[in-house]
Amino acid sequence: MRLADTLRFARDAAAGTPLRTALSVLAMAIGVAAVVVLTALGDGARRYVVGQFSSLGTNLVIVLPGRTGTGGFNPATAITATPRDLTIDDAAALRRAPAVRRVAPLNAGTSEISYGGRLREVMVVGSTAEFVPIRNFELAQGEALPDDDWNRAAPVALIGAKIRDELFGSRPALGQLARVGDRRVRIVGVLKSTGQGLGMNTDELVVVPIALAQALFNSNTLFRVLVEAKSRDAIPQARDQALAILKQRHRGEEDVTVITQDAVLATFDKLLGALTLAVAGIAAISLAVAGILVMNVMLVAVTQRTAEIGLLKALGASGRTIRLAFLAEAAMLSALGALLGYLLGQAGAFALRQAFPVFPAVAPDWAVFAGLGTALATGLLFGVMPARRAARLDPVQALMKH
Amino acid sequence: MALIELSGIERSFRLGDTTVHALAGLDLRMDAGEYVAVMGPSGSGKSTLLNLLGLLDRPNAGSYRLEGRDVTTLSPDEQAAVRSTRIGFVFQSFHLVPRLTAAENIALPMTLAGIAPAERRRRVERALADFGLAQRAGHKPDELSGGQRQRVAIARATIMQPPLILADEPTGNLDRHTGDEVVHLLEELNARGVTLVVVTHDPTLGARARRQLVMEDGRLQHDSGDAAR
Repeated sequence: MRLADTLRFARDAAAGTPLRTALSVLAMAIGVAAVVVLTALGDGARRYVVGQFSSLGTNLVIVLPGRTGTGGFNPATAITATPRDLTIDDAAALRRAPAVRRVAPLNAGTSEISYGGRLREVMVVGSTAEFVPIRNFELAQGEALPDDDWNRAAPVALIGAKIRDELFGSRPALGQLARVGDRRVRIVGVLKSTGQGLGMNTDELVVVPIALAQALFNSNTLFRVLVEAKSRDAIPQARDQALAILKQRHRGEEDVTVITQDAVLATFDKLLGALTLAVAGIAAISLAVAGILVMNVMLVAVTQRTAEIGLLKALGASGRTIRLAFLAEAAMLSALGALLGYLLGQAGAFALRQAFPVFPAVAPDWAVFAGLGTALATGLLFGVMPARRAARLDPVQALMKH
Repeated sequence: MALIELSGIERSFRLGDTTVHALAGLDLRMDAGEYVAVMGPSGSGKSTLLNLLGLLDRPNAGSYRLEGRDVTTLSPDEQAAVRSTRIGFVFQSFHLVPRLTAAENIALPMTLAGIAPAERRRRVERALADFGLAQRAGHKPDELSGGQRQRVAIARATIMQPPLILADEPTGNLDRHTGDEVVHLLEELNARGVTLVVVTHDPTLGARARRQLVMEDGRLQHDSGDAAR
């Protein structure tokens, strides 16, 4: 039998039982659509988190006080167990490291800002002039914090766009004196709105010089030191150099933790990638179920068409011809289902993107190909058994079934 | 040369504990161009004989030579190839494929044999005209009368131009008038040299054949060909 004839024969046979055909196509379509939509969700989550982390800044190395990682036994820690705090001078020392471009010490806490009788609670970050470029923030108005001695508590502040609106309304904010905690500060700049960043919203942020923040919160320690490496390749060197400098300054004690943004990113990437894979696996089960349904439909078709199979054999059809005709029918059901499911899934992902614009719900290519491939493979695989059964029918018995 | 030579054919079925001998020690010879009626009561083995002749069934013992070639030892696919080109079937209940049109049903053996579409169209058109079905080419079987359906089935059986036509009660589902038409069609084919074997209960139909075989309990009871020879 010619290929075109086989396909036409299978198509007509499938069209002969519209309800059964439609149901198995639907089952296959739902399976493939599930793969597309679920992997779009999983991969969207991955990209969302990775994107959020990237917005922290580029080529970042973050220094935290205290040692959280596990290390070998160190005699120094055995004698003096209390970790030293990070100080402004520690941060300043990091600027000597050759692989480091910029350093921003960081201190944070909540306080109040008031102006003209209005008062609200805000998150206050103490840092230096380089905080803004390191975090990829931009200024909408005014100028950066003064880039002078880090230990000088200049009475100036940068404020977020929302705080400006709430405190000053339509009046100009630049140059005004506001109260932050128990200090009077001059507003020198307004941060450009960047939307929600991981854990820090620039719209509701007040940035003051690090020494001022320490005075405000009555502490002389740092919460973090943000270090920007000179390039992506320099990140490991920057990490090692920062660690070496701090160890030296802390009398040989390695009492800080240095994490690289890359490591954090890679961890999240791996974690959420695995999640996507797991979700795809679950969706694949529905594909297998759809495959079994196709098999069922084909088995029913073989039973219902027993007389026809007997006739075809009497008319000179070889076992191979009959096997191919039934396989082609199963393949058509799954191919049609897979195509429909693909369109359905992409429509679903599109609807998700429309509903949640910040969430990049796009099914990855590998998932789409795997979904379509699995659909076709299961359809064919589960079509083999019914096709073989049809081909093996005894023509006399089959003809008598009429 | 003999078209069909059966010698020592045995065919038995197991029904529960008992073995039924549908055919026992059957020797038979038919020459090309013969018109043979196979008669006998139900269960006499005439359908089994027809299935055997049509290579739809295999004997337990004995040999079957079709056109001088031993066909009992062929593989199922080789037998299918023989059925495709050498044997045409006409059934009591027509056995048309309901979702195919009359023209497609007639073309089915050629489609299965992989004959090119242009050649198929040419042959189907001629067959439709020959069998008076030109106006019915696009009709599905359920839109055709019984006589038309059997004409479609006969057109299908002859479309590969086989030398042997096997008909199982070809008039069984038809009224007298259309039955006669169908028999005339088959006899015309025989007149053109096609060997015709008809299985029937109907004594008048059987009497029309030039040679009658009467079967009983799987054995040949009577062969009018013996007397002539």
